[in-house]
This record gives sequence, C-alpha cells and structure tokens, in this order.
Amino acid sequence: MKTGRFWAWVTFILGAAYFFIPLIATVEFSMRMRRGAYSFDAYAIVLGDPRFQATFGYSVVAAVFTIILGVLIVVPTAYWIRLRLPHLRPIVEFITLLPLVIPAIVIVFGYIRMYGSNSPLPFLASNTGTNALLVIGYATLALPYMYRAVDTGLRTIDVKTLTEAAQILGAGWTTIIGKVILPNVLIAVLSGAFLTFAIVLGEFTMASLLNRPAFGPYLQNIGANRAYEPAALAIIAFVITWGCMSVIQVLSRFAPKSSNRPN
Amino acid sequence: MPPGLFHDGRLMTDIGVSDPAIAGNSAPPVKAGSMRLPTHWLGIAPFVIFSLMFLILPTAYLILGAFQNEAGEFTLENLAALSQPSIVAAYWISIKVSLASSLIGAFAGLAIAIAIVRGGLPNWIRSATLTFSGVASNFAGVPLAFAFLATLGRLGLATVLLNTVFGINIYAYGFNILSFWGLTLTYVYFQIPLMVVIIVPAIDGLKKEWGEAAATLGATQAQYWRMVVIPVIWPSFLGTVILLFANAFGAIATAYALTGSSLNIVPILLYAQIRGDVLHNAHLGYAIAFGMIFITGLANIFYIWFRTRSERWLK
Repeated sequence: MKTGRFWAWVTFILGAAYFFIPLIATVEFSMRMRRGAYSFDAYAIVLGDPRFQATFGYSVVAAVFTIILGVLIVVPTAYWIRLRLPHLRPIVEFITLLPLVIPAIVIVFGYIRMYGSNSPLPFLASNTGTNALLVIGYATLALPYMYRAVDTGLRTIDVKTLTEAAQILGAGWTTIIGKVILPNVLIAVLSGAFLTFAIVLGEFTMASLLNRPAFGPYLQNIGANRAYEPAALAIIAFVITWGCMSVIQVLSRFAPKSSNRPN
Repeated sequence: MPPGLFHDGRLMTDIGVSDPAIAGNSAPPVKAGSMRLPTHWLGIAPFVIFSLMFLILPTAYLILGAFQNEAGEFTLENLAALSQPSIVAAYWISIKVSLASSLIGAFAGLAIAIAIVRGGLPNWIRSATLTFSGVASNFAGVPLAFAFLATLGRLGLATVLLNTVFGINIYAYGFNILSFWGLTLTYVYFQIPLMVVIIVPAIDGLKKEWGEAAATLGATQAQYWRMVVIPVIWPSFLGTVILLFANAFGAIATAYALTGSSLNIVPILLYAQIRGDVLHNAHLGYAIAFGMIFITGLANIFYIWFRTRSERWLK
C-alpha cells in the first residue's frame, strides 16, 4: 500500500503542475505590461474598454434569456415525461444528448441556411430575430446540462403525489408547474442555470457566425490584436467560470440528497 | 455529460415508473377520459417543436443538402469532392488531434481519479481536485488559448523559464504552440478534468467488498484489477473517451484563437466556408458538415454497440 500511495502522490503532483503552470504563467504574463515592474495595467485597460463592457453586457443578457428559455422548455418536458410519458423517456434523453454529438458549428450552419432572409421563417432578416436565434442556439447547447440537472432534481421529489394534491386543491397545469414543481426543483434548475451561464458567456462559434456583438468574438478580436490584454481576459474568464462552479457547489449542499419517493 | 452517466436514470425508469394508464386512473377525475390523449401529447409539444425546429431539421437540412446539387437533384458528387487533398488533410488532422487529446485526457484523467479516490491521499485533495475539475472542464474556448499562449508561446513563461534555467529552447526542438502537439496539449486541459468529473463516480461505485471477496478467493492485485475493476468501469470509461473525442472534434474557438487559420482543422475549414464560401461550392460546405456529424455519430454508434455488449457481463 505504501508504494500505491507514493504513485498516487506522483500522479497528483504531475497533474497539479500541468493545471497550475498555465494559470501562473497567464497571471504573470498579464501583469508584465509595464516594463520592469508588475502591474495591473492590462486589467485596467480591459475593464475600462467600452467594447468590453458592451459585449460583456450583451452576453450576460443573452445568457439570462437562454436560461429562461431553457427552463420554459425543459421543466415542463421533464415533469411531463416523469408523470405521464415515461416510455418516451429514452427518446427524449437521446434528443437532449444530440447537441453533444452534433457540433455547435453544424447547428448554427443549419440555422443560417434554414432561417435566412428569403426563407419562410426569416429569423436572420432582422436584428431582433438574429438575437432570438442566438438565444435559441444557446438553449440548444445547454439542453443536455439543463435536462440532466432538472431530471435529477425531479427524481428527489414525489411528482405524482404533488400533482394529485395540487389537482385536488383545484390547481391548473400552469399553477402546478409554476407554483408546485418549479419551487421544489429550484436548486437543480439554478445549478443548470449557472452551468449554462458559464458555457454561454464566452461562446464564440455561434455568436461569431451570427455576427452578434457578444463577448466571445470580442475576446477573439482582442487576442488577434493585443499582447497583454488577452492574458488578463483569460484570468477574468477563469474567475467567472470558477464563480459559477462555486455557486453550483454551494447550491448542491442545499439540494435534497436522496429520493423520498415511495418507489 | 455522456450517455454513460445515464444508467442510474435508466434504472429509475425500470423500477420507478407506474403504468401511465394506472397513473391516469388513480388521478382524480379532473380531466375527462377523452381528454387524456391530447393532453398527454400537449405536455411535450413545446419540446418536440423546439427540438425539431432548432436541432433536428437544421441538421437534416444540411445532410440532405450534402446529397443534392445546385439544381436540387440527388448526387454523390459533393461527398466525392471531399476527397480533395486539402479537405482530407483537414479531416485527418482533426481526427488526430481529437483522438490524441481524448486518449491522453482519458488515461491521465483516469490516473488522477484513481489516485484521489483509491490512492490514500488526504480527503481535502479529493474535494479540491473535483472542484477544480468542474471549473477547468468548463474553461475552454478563447480564454484557454490565451492561457496557453502565455505559457508555451514564444514569450510564454514556461518557454522562457525552460530556456533560461535549463537551457532548453523547446522551439529549437521543433515545438510550436500553433501545431498538432501544441493544440493537443491545449485541448488536454479541458479533456482531463472532464474525465475526472465523469469517472470518479464510477470508481466510487466499486464496492470495497468486491476487493475483499477477490482477495478471499485468492486473487492477486493484478487479477482483481483485470477481472473486477476494469470490466466495471469500462463502459463509463469508453463512453467518456467518445464524449471527449466529439468534444474536441467539434471545438473551434480554442483552435481559432490559438492558431488563427494556420492549422487547417475541419471546424476552421467549415467556419471559413460559412463566412465566405472559400470552396466556391455551397453544397460542398454541407458535405463537410455531414462528414463531421458522420464521424461523431459513428463514434457514438460504436459506443452504444460496445456498451450493450459489456452490459451483458455486468448483469
């Protein structure tokens, strides 16, 4: 067992080195802007750049709309599959996993061809339409994570009894989903939401091909034209991702651990 | 998250689901019986419409387009045109990068997962590694490229330190961050943590009793690994490798930010084609997209086939 522990330490330390050296290097590089001394100049320039603020704001709004759209689609579906159509579950799960198989660039290519200005559904003819299409595309990318999160949340509550109780009290379907089911899986939904936020915020492919002024294309543009600012942006992006994941971890502590369903 | 994660969910369907007809009968008679059929389907109508309109039909549109010429007639010419050297080279380098990064990521991730779960390391290392893996597996795209340029670019910290401290100029040895190995090494940064996140629960699922039972029956450590551990984690492992492969194969942002268009991988070729029809043939673009779906789809079919084979042994 002694040798086992030795090799475990070696593996862990090698892994830690691989993961920490790029982070340290990026921090160091981002502070090299002023000659001969470390400074936060690159961060000041980036955070003061109006294009940073505009594109970051755009992506935050896009992420919020993506989360709303995702919740509106996923929660009723996952609920209904559990309650009434369990035999369709493998098919729905398969569809929700498709975005992991079909690359994002292929999906957005399909959008560009199908929803162009001359098509019956010309999403791309207007600015609002294109924004909507971007949010829809993001919701597609988030589908596997959102569905998985919500479905795990639903597993811990007794969907059937809750529904029957609400029906006896005279609730309609909107009330049941909005006021009974959603609050019960809120923590799961929030986990999915923060993961979606982390994925959407710096997304490049869809935003770039739909010509949206989002954060991802801005990052790429800075990377092609500047020296030290990209490193600062990489650290900012890492901190944001880290923040989202920490929130998910904290949330998971409040989530019910085991099923209280009778079966 | 790969198909491999879902076996627990699937088990739930087997035991946790009551017959829909019974569920309908035991529910209070709020809805009349004749209403049941339409409401059943209405519940998932938004999902069906959404996934048809924004996932399935756009993909089908491209696939059909790959088999049509400008006049809309059926043809195999577009697929045949994929055989031109520049496109074959793009597919080949994409497959190589995806395969190398998924295999390196998978084995390194497995080693780290085994080390933190079974290696007798302090408990905080396990939770810290899992937390960090959650972050790093989502730290991809453009910022990741920046981080590696700052590390292994010509002026990167690691490059400079290796040169000044150890006298090793990696660029003189032919290393370049804008190359196959540079891209692979960068992709591994999100591949390893993804493997760790997915495989740790599978390793946790190995019961202590199995090891004891094997030892009681006189198995050596090697036999225990070969006959118990590997067969049990094999499906999750293989599923994750395929997920990692697809993950790398479709990725464009990291490569584009890292290399511009100097490294000709398929997603970058397709990106250029969508932007400016660089191939001067719209339907050839569809064929490239079809080729990408074909390869990731093939990997998944292979996985499903393998999984059903190995599940027979797990029962």
